[in-house]
Amino acid sequence: MADSTHLLNSKQMARFVAEGYLRFDELVPDDLNRAVKAEMDNQAIPREEAGLPLSAIWPEAAVGRVFRLPEIEGIIHSLVGPDPLYDHHAVHTVAAGHHFGQHWHADAIIDTRLHFDIQFMYFAHDTPREMGGTLILPGSHYRRISESDIARYHNFVGQVPMICKAGTVIVLHHGMWHCAQPNRTDEMRYMFKLRLNPTVRQLRLWNTEDIDDPEVSHILSTNQPWHGNEERIEHVNRIHFWRFLTGDDQFDNHYWLSRIENEPELV
Amino acid sequence: MPETRQKLLVLYLRTPDLHAGVVAWSEFDGTSAADERHTSGDAADSGGATNPPYASVVDAMRDGWRVVQFPQQYPAYPGTEYQVSYLKYEYILEKLEVVDG
Repeated sequence: MADSTHLLNSKQMARFVAEGYLRFDELVPDDLNRAVKAEMDNQAIPREEAGLPLSAIWPEAAVGRVFRLPEIEGIIHSLVGPDPLYDHHAVHTVAAGHHFGQHWHADAIIDTRLHFDIQFMYFAHDTPREMGGTLILPGSHYRRISESDIARYHNFVGQVPMICKAGTVIVLHHGMWHCAQPNRTDEMRYMFKLRLNPTVRQLRLWNTEDIDDPEVSHILSTNQPWHGNEERIEHVNRIHFWRFLTGDDQFDNHYWLSRIENEPELV
Repeated sequence: MPETRQKLLVLYLRTPDLHAGVVAWSEFDGTSAADERHTSGDAADSGGATNPPYASVVDAMRDGWRVVQFPQQYPAYPGTEYQVSYLKYEYILEKLEVVDG
């Protein structure tokens, strides 16, 4: 059970709803980063069976200790609840001197649920721009595409390369678009990915004390520069998702849904 | 007759207006050597550039790019009115360049 002091707050959840990810810089301690790096160097992190409880995975390994850190458990609990399932993990590598970028993609296939999985991306060593890191596209998580359908796109206004120090973790909605980047250094670049599935209804799992903070509405209204004319449709998707997460089916933001749901029958 | 080869520039706009700002872009260069992309790591790859090469389609046309495909516009299929997916306003432009035989 996650320590309640490490749960996300409503403003962070609103950021997740608007942008599809949250970033935590230098969250994992250095000794653990070095231990996980060694496990990746030695290919010592076994692939587990999809659908096992996360609590049963990697009882001894350093990477298991990462996902049992109180701060990480708080993130997990807030997004997918107390007993998530292991879906899969991957030790992603970009070899030294690999000079071209991976094509843009989202993982898995078209997923029409409001229920959602999360994917952690954990950077166990410093990742300067010349090393990559993973390129992500904020606000891409509602887009219904299948894996590499988006491979024709090369660059977006607002794309974010993960330039970070060791121990940095980002957690993504499963729909986020991303791709690996060239590694122009002479060292292997790693990114550890872990996908988790919820086992409970994802309803107010975070610390909701600030649920009525006006900043929540402001964050939900944050536009991405690449959305263009679809900004308002994106807002509709965010409102639907916030209703799902809060259980408040009357929630609205800037009257977008109130207007189009107004169908009076009074005669 | 000199041999010409095609360069493609794909621009994605804020709206269907050809003056609208560019929100995403791709480049495909048929004049380059077959293995060049795999060694250059240039703007023809994901993440290869931060800023669009042109401000709009019209801006690219002024630099000699010819528009070869417009995005078709269809009303949303019933039930998909609030779904988002691909970038809607995709314009494909070309330049033909003479290459040494």
